Amino acid sequence: MAAILPNENASQASLLPSVERRERLRRIRGIRDGISLYGVGAAGFGVIFALALIFFYLFYETFPLLKPVSMEVAYEISMPGDEEPAPTVHLTLDRFEGIGGRFSESGAITFFSPETGAILTRKQVNVPEDASVSAFGRSENRRSLFVYGFSDGSVLPLKLEYDQTFPEGVRVVTPRLSFPLGEEPMRIGDRVQGDYTALTVVEGRTGYVVAGGNRDGSIAMALFSARRNMLTGEVQISRQDYELPAISRPVRQLLINETLRNLFAIDDRGLLYNIDIVDPNRPRIIEQVQLVSDGASVTAADFLVGSRSLIVGGSDGSVSQWMLVRDEETNVPHLTRVRGFRQHPGAVTFIEPEYTRKGFLVGDDTGTVGLHYATSGVTLKKIPVSGQPVTRIAVSPINRLALVKGEDSDALRVIRMDNPHPQASLSGLWGRVWYEGRSEPEYIWQSSGADDAFESKFSLVPLTVGTLKAALFAMLLGTPLAIMGAIYTAYFMAGPMRRIVKPSLELMEALPTVILGFLAGIWLAPYIENNLPILVSVLILLPLGMLAFGYGWTRLPTHIRHIIPPGWEAALLVPVVLLLGWVAITTSPWIEVAFFGGSMRQWFTDVGIPYDQRNALIVGLAMGFAVIPTIFSIAEDAVFNVPRHLTQGSLALGATPWQTVVGVVLPTASPGIFSAVMIGFGRAVGETMIVLMASGNSPIVNFNMFEGMRTLAANIAVELPETSVGGTHFRILFLSALVLLVLTFVLNTAAEIVRQRLRKRYASL
Amino acid sequence: MKEWWKSGSPWVWLNGGAVTVSMIMVFGLLLLILVRGFGHFWPHEVVQTYYEVPGTDRVEVVGELRRSETLTGQSMREAGAPIPEDQMVVTRHLFKLGNRDVTGRDFTYFIDDFLGEWRYPRDMTVLERREWGDFYGQPLRLLEAGRTVAEGADLWAEFRARLARSNRLYDEIRQIERGDIGNINFRMERVRLDQRRAELRGTLTPELERQFAERRAALDAEYAVLQERLDTLIEEARRDSIVMRAAGGQEVTIRLDRIVKAWQPNDMSVFAKVRFYIGDFFDFIFGYPREANTEGGIFPAIFGTVTMVLVMSIIVTPFGVLAAIYLREYARQGPLLRTIRISVYNLAGVPSIVFGVFGLGFFVYVMGGAIDRTFYPEALPAPTFGTPGLFWASLTLALLTLPVVIVSTEEGLARIPSTIRQGSLALGATKGETLWKVVVPLATPAMMTGLILAIARAAGEVAPLMLVGVVKLAPTLPIDGNFPFVHLERKIMHLGFHIYDVGFQSPHAEAAEALVYATALILVLLIVMLNLTAITIRNHLREKYRSESD
Repeated sequence: MAAILPNENASQASLLPSVERRERLRRIRGIRDGISLYGVGAAGFGVIFALALIFFYLFYETFPLLKPVSMEVAYEISMPGDEEPAPTVHLTLDRFEGIGGRFSESGAITFFSPETGAILTRKQVNVPEDASVSAFGRSENRRSLFVYGFSDGSVLPLKLEYDQTFPEGVRVVTPRLSFPLGEEPMRIGDRVQGDYTALTVVEGRTGYVVAGGNRDGSIAMALFSARRNMLTGEVQISRQDYELPAISRPVRQLLINETLRNLFAIDDRGLLYNIDIVDPNRPRIIEQVQLVSDGASVTAADFLVGSRSLIVGGSDGSVSQWMLVRDEETNVPHLTRVRGFRQHPGAVTFIEPEYTRKGFLVGDDTGTVGLHYATSGVTLKKIPVSGQPVTRIAVSPINRLALVKGEDSDALRVIRMDNPHPQASLSGLWGRVWYEGRSEPEYIWQSSGADDAFESKFSLVPLTVGTLKAALFAMLLGTPLAIMGAIYTAYFMAGPMRRIVKPSLELMEALPTVILGFLAGIWLAPYIENNLPILVSVLILLPLGMLAFGYGWTRLPTHIRHIIPPGWEAALLVPVVLLLGWVAITTSPWIEVAFFGGSMRQWFTDVGIPYDQRNALIVGLAMGFAVIPTIFSIAEDAVFNVPRHLTQGSLALGATPWQTVVGVVLPTASPGIFSAVMIGFGRAVGETMIVLMASGNSPIVNFNMFEGMRTLAANIAVELPETSVGGTHFRILFLSALVLLVLTFVLNTAAEIVRQRLRKRYASL
Repeated sequence: MKEWWKSGSPWVWLNGGAVTVSMIMVFGLLLLILVRGFGHFWPHEVVQTYYEVPGTDRVEVVGELRRSETLTGQSMREAGAPIPEDQMVVTRHLFKLGNRDVTGRDFTYFIDDFLGEWRYPRDMTVLERREWGDFYGQPLRLLEAGRTVAEGADLWAEFRARLARSNRLYDEIRQIERGDIGNINFRMERVRLDQRRAELRGTLTPELERQFAERRAALDAEYAVLQERLDTLIEEARRDSIVMRAAGGQEVTIRLDRIVKAWQPNDMSVFAKVRFYIGDFFDFIFGYPREANTEGGIFPAIFGTVTMVLVMSIIVTPFGVLAAIYLREYARQGPLLRTIRISVYNLAGVPSIVFGVFGLGFFVYVMGGAIDRTFYPEALPAPTFGTPGLFWASLTLALLTLPVVIVSTEEGLARIPSTIRQGSLALGATKGETLWKVVVPLATPAMMTGLILAIARAAGEVAPLMLVGVVKLAPTLPIDGNFPFVHLERKIMHLGFHIYDVGFQSPHAEAAEALVYATALILVLLIVMLNLTAITIRNHLREKYRSESD
C-alpha cells in the first residue's frame, strides 16, 4: 500500500494525480457508470414498452366493440307546450341534441330544449277553416318529411330543417319549417273522403308522393311535382292522381318504399296488402301477407332506414323484420319474414327507427322501451320507462338521446343511450346473416356502399377463409420445395455449393414482396391464364425427368461419373430443369389443342369451374415463393445441426444416406422443421402486398384454386385509409389487425420454444 | 433399377431437384426483372407494316414490337379473330402504337398471319410527349408560328436545335412554377398561419395586422413579377411546332413545347443507342413523373424512399442498440428476460400491416392529434402532424425494424469473447467504461449489419406505408429550400408504393408496365446491394472473431 502513497520527496513525485483529483475522477466515473446504467436501462425499457404498446393499443381500440350497451332514463321534463291540450302526433330531435320538436294535433309545432323542457320557438301550420287534423304521416326519419292530413280531405306536406349559424364562433341551430308544395293544404284524389286513418309521404325523383287511406279501406295516392318557371320564378305545382285498389278493411297504416315500387297497406287485423305501384297507373295487389300470428293484430310498423325492410310490432308483443325477398325460381319479390326479435311484455305501440343505422326503438303498452338492431338480430337493451303505454318515441340522429312520451302523461322521459357499435356482435361477425336485398342468410364482407342507408356487412368469415386459403396454397407450394431443398442442402450438398445456395436463398427473403406481387399480378397471372397446361406438365415432367436423369446417371461409365463428385446433383439438374421447363412451355398450346379443345381456360368454364385471372393459384405461387426462403433457412439450420455422430453411426451400421435421413436425421430435426413451417405459415398469413396485387381482392367464401380471395391483411390495407376514425368499421379493422398480431405472435412463439428445446436436445446429444 | 430405388437415391435426386427449382426461380425472377427493367430504356426499332384481316381494309401499322406469343387457334377464335378452323396455333404480336390521342389505342395485338412485310424506314421518329404518351410517325415540316421553316433533308437537324431551345424554355418555366412560385405560396401560407396564431393568442393588434398586410402585399408584388416573366416564357415556348405523318397518312401538328425528347431509332448506330440509353436511364432516375406517374422519372420516389429510410435509421439505431445492450449487458438474465427477448424477436415475424395499423391509430391519430393541438393550433382544422406523413412513416418503420437491429446487435455482443470484457474489468474499468470503450466499439460492425438489414427491410416494405404517409403523388419533396428545410409532416412518394400504384391503379397499365419493371429493378438493385453489404460485413466479422477467440 505504501508504494502508491505520494512520496514526500518532490524529485520522486508520483505520476498519479493527487488524492483529491483521484477522488473526483472516481466520483465522475461513478456518475458516468450510473448514467450508462440508467440511460441504457431507460432506453431498453422504453423499447420494450413501445413494443408492448402495440398490443395494448390494438386492444384499446377494439375494446369498445365489446362494451355493453348502456341505456337509462336520465331525467324527465314537463311536456313542452302543455298549456295547449292537443295531443302529440310526433316527436323529433335534432342532430346536436339541443332541440326537440313536438308536433301536435292542432298543427302547432313546439320546439324546446330537451335538457330543460324550456320552449324555444313555436310554429303553426295552416289548418283549413272548419277542419281539424285527422291524420299525420311521415317519411323516413332521415328525410325529415311529414304530412298533416285534415278532416276536409286536404293534406299538407312539410319539411323540418335546421339552419346552422356561427355568430361569434358559437354554433347556433335554429329550426325552420319548409313547405315544398306551398303552405296551403291541398287534396289528394277526389274519391277518398277526408277522415284519413293513415297517411304517408315519400319524396321521389320526380316529386312528392302522398297516400292516404281511410276507414272503409279506400286508398288515394297523388304525385305532386313542383316545377319552377324559368322566366317568372314562380313555382307551379302539378298533381297527378292515381286510383289504388281498395282493401276490404279499415286502413291502419300505409307505407311506401323510397324506390316507389311498393305500397304496403296494413289493415286493422294485421293483414298486409303489397300493392305494386311501379306503374302507378296500373297498380295491382301482388300479395296479402299475414304479419302476426292469428288472433293478434299489427299495432305498429315502420320502415328501417333505406325502406328496404319493415319492422312489425304486434299486439302480442312480437317484433319482427320483413323484407322483399326475390324468389329464386320466379324472381318475383315476396314480403318475407326475415327474423324476429325478443318479445315485448305488452302490445307494441310505437316503433322508432334510427336515422343512419339499422337499429330501432320499440315502445309497448307496459311502458317498456327496447333497443333492437336489425342486422345482427339482437335486442340490445330493454328498460322500463314509464308505467303507462308508450305513445311516441323520438331518437336523435346520432343515437345518443331519445324522448319517450307515455299515454296521458304530461311529461317526457329523456333516455340516454351509449350504443356505438351495435353490429359487432359475435353472430354478426362470424355467423350467417340475412342482409337486406339478399335471398338467404350469407357470409358477406361489404363495408361500404354508395347510399347512406347502405347496410354494412361485416362478416369476418370471408376474410378469414380468404386468409387461410391464400396461406394454404402458398404452403402447398412452398413447404415441399423448401423442406426438400433444406434436407438436400444441409445433408447432401457439397460445401462450396452450399456456400452459394444458402445466401442466395436467404437473399430472396429480403426481396420486397411488392415486387413479387407485381410480377404475379402483371406477368404471371395473364401468362398462366393463356398457358394453363404448363402447370400440369411441369408438375408431371419435372419429377419424372429428374428421376430419369438420376437413374441415367448411375448407368454412365464410372470415369465420367467421377468427374462430378456426389453433392453436386443439384447443379447437374439445372440443365435438365431448364430443358424440361422449355419443353413444357412449347408444348403448352399443343396440349391445349389435343386435350382441352383448344383452350383450357374455356374448358374450365365449360366444366363449371369459375376461373379468375388473378386467383388463389397465382397467389399460392407468388407467396409460396416468398415463404420458401423463410422455411428453408430455419429447416436447413435444424437439419444441418443434427449431431454428426448420429448420422455417422447410422451410416456405419450400413444404412444408405437416404435411409439415414429418413431414420435418423428427420426424426431428430423434425421439431425444427415443424417450427420452420409454422413461421412460414405465419408469414403467409400476414403477407399483404402479394395478396393485394395478385388475388383480385373479392371477399368470397370458397376454396376454389381458380378464384380469388381477400385476406385480412389486404382488407386492412384497402379499407383502413378510407374509414372514419372510431366507427364500427374502423374498430373491426383494428380487430382484424389484432387477430393477425395475436395469431402470428402465438405461431412464432410456439416455433421459437420448439427451436430452443431442440437446441438444448442437440447440446445434450 | 429396383436396388437403385430401394437405396433411396431417387429421393436424393428429387431433393436436389427442389434446390435446383428454387434456385432457378430466384435467378429467373431476378433475370426477368433485369431484362425487362433495363429493356425499358433501349430505343427499340420502329416497324412499319400493314395489317389486313380477310374481309376488312388494309391498315398501316407503325410501332414498336413489345412481345410475341403463341396461342391456340381455338382460344383466338373464341376471342373473335377470323382464324381458319384447321389452324392449330396462332402467333400474335403486341405492338406499341403510341398516338393515344389520335387513335385511342396505344397497345394492340396483331395476328402474325395477317401482317405484311416488316420495314424499318430510317426517318421513323418517336416523340416522347409531355401528355398523351409517345408519338410514332414521320416528320414532314417544321413550322415557326405557322410558317414552314424546314423541310426534307435539313429538317431533322433544325428540329433538334429548336427542340433543345424549347426544352431550355420549359426548364425555366418549370423552375419558376415549382421553385419560385412554390416558395411564394409557402411564405404566403406562413403569413396566414402567423396571423391566425396571433389571433388565437389574442395578441393581434392593428399594428401587427398592418404588418401582415404589408408582408402579403410584398409577396403579391413578387408574384406579379414572376407571373409576367412566366407568361412571356410560355408565349416564347409556343412558337415552334412540327407536322408529323402518323400511321394511315394522317397529318398531326405537335407543338415543340409538348415534346420531351425525339429520336429516330431506325437511324441510330449501336453506339448512338447506347448513348441514348444511358441518357434515358439518367432521365428516369432524376426526372419527375408525368401522366399520373406512368411516364417520366421516379426521382421523387427515390428521394422519398431514401429520406424516409434515413429518418428511420436515425430513430432506430440508438434505440435498437441501447435496447440490445440493456438486454444483453444490464438486465438480470432469467425466465422473465427470456420471455421478453423471445417476444421482441417474434415481433420481427408480425405482419407489417399490423405495424401500419398501429402507426395510423397511435402515431397519426393519437400522437399527431396531440401535437397539432399543442403546437399547430393555428393550422387547425387542417392537420399538420395529425395526418399521415414522412415522420410517422419513418417512426412506424423504425418500430418494425427494431427487432432486426436488436437481434443483430445482441448477436454481435454475444460474440465478443468474455476474456476481453474480463480483461477490461480486471484493469479497474467500471462496467460502463468496459461497455462503451471496449465492448461496443468491437460490436460496431454487428450494429452496422443490423442497421443495413433494417434499411433493406424498410426500403422494401410497402403495406404499412400505405397507411401512414406514402402517397401516389406528392406535390413537394420532403426536403427543400424553405425553412425548416426538412419537412417531417409532408407526405412522400415511395418506390415500392410507386410499383403498386402504377402497376395496379393506373389507367394505362400496359403503357406503364415497362416503367414499373424499371422501378422494380431500381428497388431490387438497392435492396440486393444493401443485403450483400450486410452479409459481407457479417461474414467478415465472424472470421475476425473466430480468429480472436481461438
